[in-house]
Amino acid sequence: MRYLVSVIDDKDDPGSTDRQPHISAFNERLIADGYWVFAGGLADTDAATVVDNRGERAVFSDGPFVESKEYLAGVWVWEAPDLDVALELAAEASKACDRKIEVRPFQ
Amino acid sequence: MSDVEEAITRVHHEEWARVVAALTRRFGDLDLAEEGAAEAFATAVERWPADGVPPNPGAWLTITATRKAIDRIRRENKRDDKHREALVAHDDDPPEPLGAIDDDRLRLIFTCCHPALAVEARLALTLRLVGGLTMPEIARAFLVAESAMGQRITRAKAKIKAARIPYRIPSAEDLPARVTGVLAVLFLVFNEGYLATGPDTDPVRHDLTAEAIRLTRLIRALLPDDGEVTGLLAQMLLTEARRAARVSASGELVALDEQDRGAWDATLIAEGHGLVRERLAAAAAGVAPGRYQVLAAINAVHTSARDIRDTDWSQVLALYDRLVRLDPSPIVALNRAIAVAELDGPEVALAAVDRLEDRLADYHAFHATRADLLRRLGRSGQSRTAYDRAIGLAGNTAETAYLTRRRDQLR
Repeated sequence: MRYLVSVIDDKDDPGSTDRQPHISAFNERLIADGYWVFAGGLADTDAATVVDNRGERAVFSDGPFVESKEYLAGVWVWEAPDLDVALELAAEASKACDRKIEVRPFQ
Repeated sequence: MSDVEEAITRVHHEEWARVVAALTRRFGDLDLAEEGAAEAFATAVERWPADGVPPNPGAWLTITATRKAIDRIRRENKRDDKHREALVAHDDDPPEPLGAIDDDRLRLIFTCCHPALAVEARLALTLRLVGGLTMPEIARAFLVAESAMGQRITRAKAKIKAARIPYRIPSAEDLPARVTGVLAVLFLVFNEGYLATGPDTDPVRHDLTAEAIRLTRLIRALLPDDGEVTGLLAQMLLTEARRAARVSASGELVALDEQDRGAWDATLIAEGHGLVRERLAAAAAGVAPGRYQVLAAINAVHTSARDIRDTDWSQVLALYDRLVRLDPSPIVALNRAIAVAELDGPEVALAAVDRLEDRLADYHAFHATRADLLRRLGRSGQSRTAYDRAIGLAGNTAETAYLTRRRDQLR
């Protein structure tokens, strides 16, 4: 089963900025144990552009589609046998990144 | 009730969870398991009065439920569900040995009480899939519309499937935390039954307290060495034992100090005391008791006193001191203050209670306790204000009636 694992940061209460070594070590483990599918940290939400081409022509607008205090800071995709395994890894991930984590299954 | 009806009710209590659990393991699908079990019991209601109760009702129900589930898979196969098709191919599996089926019920309980589900969903799923209560019964229990309760259960089952919440007994490492989660669900069911919320419901809901006790007994049978399971069962039994004395003929809550102790259920008390003694022996052997065991021990002290004046308050306070260390919640501190009042007087207790105001200002029992202490100190005006606050916040009809009388007796 594949899970999208989102790292959630908070503008008012941001996680610490020195987490890279911890995250790298955690990634190594995810790879070694066969859970790792994909990982990526994201640029600031200011760098986002929303595109809407449902109408006559594409409309581009600056910024994230929803402005909020809490925002997506990075994602993983994991392959795990069930939610218990994913939640256990997510608990470690939250420590490694010093941020909240959302675990959501792919369909 | 006829003999057959009685047998069906008893078998429903005894076998429902087993049937749902066996089908869930077999088909890996809670929906299918629940529907199959419900259809099997409906068939029993139809057939048993004419055919008689089968010699092994549990096996009859499991086989019937499995057939119903397979019928359903076949019907729904038009929707091209290859996974279910594959399951039908294993039609001739031998029945599982009894031990494995017991483990299945435990799996079912852990799945229903999974921490990834909302608390309300855990309560509803446990009552439906483990307890076998119907949707209208559960909706009534929590005073929500049947459609809303149905949605809650459907959503929870969909999450279990979509997120792949496992159907498994947690690892030894996770087990204590997960058992704690299951006990919390059962305690919530019990407490809602013992002090039911809402203007249109009975003040004490025996159906809920009985169900919580029945399920806790089941968990104890499955996990006999878990001290907290035993502790919670004892706590429930010793509370349930006082049920008949707890509401007066006029529908008013009767406080512990005014209860007719002769109306307490001696059998339940004896059973509860036996369980507490079992845990005391374990504690003496060095196993530190958890919060339910300490709660049960406090309850045992109260139920050992033939008269309120015989209550060993210093023992109660010592146990509360222990409980505060295990559970630093302000509600425990509030209950501790009640014991303090008996030993050190209402003034000392009131000071302790007032320190909890920040955290308990919206809790009716905080104001009710303050009101009683202020009354005992002769501070009638303040007591009346506190009773008013308590009455405004209380959700239980019998408790409102009790508080109103106490307020109106103030001079």
